[in-house]
Amino acid sequence: METTIEIKNLTKKFGEVIAINNVSLTIQPGAFLTLLGPSGCGKTTLLRCIAGLEDPDGGEIYIDDKLVFSYEKGISLPPGQRDLGLVFQNYALWPHMKVDKNITFALEIQKMPKEEMKERVKEALAEVQMEGYEDRYPREMSGGQQQRIALARMLAYSPKVFLMDEPLSNLDARLRMDMRSEIKRLHHVAKATTVYVTHDQVEALTMSTTIGIMKEGVLQQVDTPDRIYHYPANLFVADFIGNPKVNLLDGTIKGKNLIQIGDFTISMDTFAASGNKVVAVRPEDINILTDPDPEAVEFTTYSVLPAGADSTIIAKRGKIEITIKVMGISTIAMDQKIWLKFNSDTMNLYDKETGNLISS
Amino acid sequence: MTTIDSTPSPNSQKFIAASRRFFRWLKTPHVVLSLIMLVVMFYMVVIPLYRMVVTTVTWQPRDLVTNPSAVVGELTIFHYVRMLTGTLGKIYMYTPLMHSMTIAIGATVLSLLIGGSLAWLVVRTDMPGRKLVNQLALIPYIMPSWTLAQAWLVFFKSTSLSGGTPGVYEFFFGVAPPTWLSYGPVPIIICSALHYYTFFFLFVSAALMSIDSSLEEAGDLMGASRWRILRKITLPLVIPAILSGFIMTFSKVLGTFGGPNILGTPVRYYVVATMIRGSMGVGDTADGFLLAIVLISFSIITIWINQRLIGTRKSYETIGGRGFMAQVSKLGSIKNILFVLSIIFQILVIVIPLGLLIWSSLMLQDGNFSLGNLSLQHWIGERGTIYNHGEPGVLLNPKIYRTAWNSIRLSLWTALFTALLGVVLGYAIVKGRGTRLSKLVEQLAYIPYVIPGIAFGAVYIAMFIKPLGPIPALYGTFTLLVVVSVAKHIPYSSRSGVSAMMQVGRELEEAGQISGADFWQRFRRIIFPLTSAGFVAGFLLTFITTMRELSLIILLVTPKTQVLASQTMFYIENGDGQMANIVILILIAITLVGNLIIGRFRGGSLKKGLGM
Repeated sequence: METTIEIKNLTKKFGEVIAINNVSLTIQPGAFLTLLGPSGCGKTTLLRCIAGLEDPDGGEIYIDDKLVFSYEKGISLPPGQRDLGLVFQNYALWPHMKVDKNITFALEIQKMPKEEMKERVKEALAEVQMEGYEDRYPREMSGGQQQRIALARMLAYSPKVFLMDEPLSNLDARLRMDMRSEIKRLHHVAKATTVYVTHDQVEALTMSTTIGIMKEGVLQQVDTPDRIYHYPANLFVADFIGNPKVNLLDGTIKGKNLIQIGDFTISMDTFAASGNKVVAVRPEDINILTDPDPEAVEFTTYSVLPAGADSTIIAKRGKIEITIKVMGISTIAMDQKIWLKFNSDTMNLYDKETGNLISS
Repeated sequence: MTTIDSTPSPNSQKFIAASRRFFRWLKTPHVVLSLIMLVVMFYMVVIPLYRMVVTTVTWQPRDLVTNPSAVVGELTIFHYVRMLTGTLGKIYMYTPLMHSMTIAIGATVLSLLIGGSLAWLVVRTDMPGRKLVNQLALIPYIMPSWTLAQAWLVFFKSTSLSGGTPGVYEFFFGVAPPTWLSYGPVPIIICSALHYYTFFFLFVSAALMSIDSSLEEAGDLMGASRWRILRKITLPLVIPAILSGFIMTFSKVLGTFGGPNILGTPVRYYVVATMIRGSMGVGDTADGFLLAIVLISFSIITIWINQRLIGTRKSYETIGGRGFMAQVSKLGSIKNILFVLSIIFQILVIVIPLGLLIWSSLMLQDGNFSLGNLSLQHWIGERGTIYNHGEPGVLLNPKIYRTAWNSIRLSLWTALFTALLGVVLGYAIVKGRGTRLSKLVEQLAYIPYVIPGIAFGAVYIAMFIKPLGPIPALYGTFTLLVVVSVAKHIPYSSRSGVSAMMQVGRELEEAGQISGADFWQRFRRIIFPLTSAGFVAGFLLTFITTMRELSLIILLVTPKTQVLASQTMFYIENGDGQMANIVILILIAITLVGNLIIGRFRGGSLKKGLGM
């Protein structure tokens, strides 16, 4: 039942614009892969290519060893023959059909017996906790309910692959939280290989087993959420993931494991590199001391932004600005002197030219 | 020993892949439909135009009378020389062309003034009774275009010209009205404008409604005067709407036949439309076609210049959009006066003409407006009287019932095919958005829009007088009337089809694709149900416009395929004006009923169908 998706050298152009640029990707059986990136990065196009709604201009796609698309061989199976389900951003429930008809549409095409169809509708609605809604029209339900029905419509014919195109972006913040756990649960139960598209990094980090980050049609990094967060492969990924944003500090290597940033130096593993580098340090990985410390650097607070569970502090030293995140409501005042302690284990070093992570 | 390599070479593999991709593209529903539509429109629009041009540059059998040495079918510029030079050119071409342009420009400008001011009063002022004025403003367009011309004659008919019977004016005042008031350009322009101002009214009021009045308020805050705001801010914003109205009105008036035939022909004030009919009537097909080509060229050139001047590319598109909270101009003390004037205007345009037609139909002898002359002879009179060449009254006349049935039949078929084409064109164009194929289909569908009605009819004589490919010679058949009416409606059906299809998000069809539905299942179960409300509305609208279409079919009807609209014209030309007036009244009654049904449908199910 568990399905591998394999994408080889996929390219898709819209006129002169290259939406997907030579993307190769293997999605492991049962994985929850999230394609994450800013709008226009090609993530939705990639999803639509897998679904068969777009015809790529190069490359191959296999679903479970079955060749569903090959430019070189001129093969492209229609979406209905790829054994997958798709949940659209705007739900795409058919407005003229009641909930049960929406759900049975695919089953009727498969010519399933009436009794079995009824069973399936019941099961699917139960799975999304929408029992008893068979006779509603889509417009008679809230956005969150419509989204659940859209999920049920996909679950009912149990496809091997779940595809979801920003399914939560039209919901309000609270509902989005609920649906996140709901969808993660559905994936856990069904164990279907899932490809999920979003521009929301929290969604990606909380739900996925694997995240693929895209920029301008190119896959930047495919990794576990943990590695994406702690070892971003390049500056784009480092900058894109994390809220508040990662601190990127220009520095020059001054001997073994010593880096000069502005008028101070910090020590970290430099992997025998030399020249101009960029140091990335997450706001929550910096310690704030209110008293001088030989291992810490003096800064002056510029702005303090408490937000209940945590506080964000912006501090400056000359032209260097650093964002720090601390737990709880901070008691530090504005324009106060603080000492920042950098932890060499939690910092990453990037090449200034290529923007790539230096790891060994 | 040589061996034959059984694995295909890399080149042939590439060829197989490329041809697979090509056939997959070819099998895409919107591509298939686009190609079918291209073939249909090629047959319905392009080939007829081509044939028409060919006829004008080759010798016709009829030319043998004047040029015995000519060989039929060989190329010649004879027709062009004859029609464009010398006295004949002046009589047949230049004078009618001048007349046509005079009328078209005059009527368009007058329509703009009437329609534009009414729209402004209704949308942007605090005039009382705006709703009533708004509804009444649409009625003149529902009536056949030559209704007013016919009513005009009932009132201003003059005996000074050729004897005959007097109109109301002459009967009661004892003197004939001045000829320029009875016949010729002045009444033609007035009657056409009073019919076609509806376009301007609709376009301009839609545009005014969609203007965000904060734009005007911004000007207001900066201290601009009201006139300055109107001129500098409001007017530029409604220019595209005015242009749409201009193109539509101009090309309609240019090709209109009814009014000029009723009000111009008696004083030999010929326009191109009446000349075309004349030439065709005496068998000078090539000359008629030549005139039609000139008319089409003028229509296209004028539209082109207009779009150039204004610089709006998509100016023919109507402006829809949501109504903002429009700021309303306070008219102050004159608002009641303006309301009364609007109502008086509408009484003059609607009630009086209809009253005159009814009155005229009740007179035993034409031109005798005394009460003693009232009679139902023309409605329910016996056969074989001295009236109307012995024809029985309209309501007892089997010919009228046959004709009415033809009208209804024609309108139903036309409406059905037009609505179907609308769905197909809408799908092909919207799904292919951005591709050259889709653009080509959309542009080709626009062509009939710029071809004036009577010229379009002429085009169809050229097309189907002889068999062409798989299509038999259709001249004189009822089918031809349906074909020409459908073809002329293509621009409207494509536009309404596109807007209906735009309402259906592409995800709705894609969700069907994912579910494994083939195109026919998706069309039947998803696309058609979601666009059916637009389908019905388009159907009814076409039904009404076809019902009262005259210019388009006047060249193509035969006694067997006569419809109500053309029947009125034959009665008028036969001197049975009162019978004509009754037929006009019946036509109006049928279209009014149709219009009522439209109101029902638009309100009820459009929204429901879209799940809003």
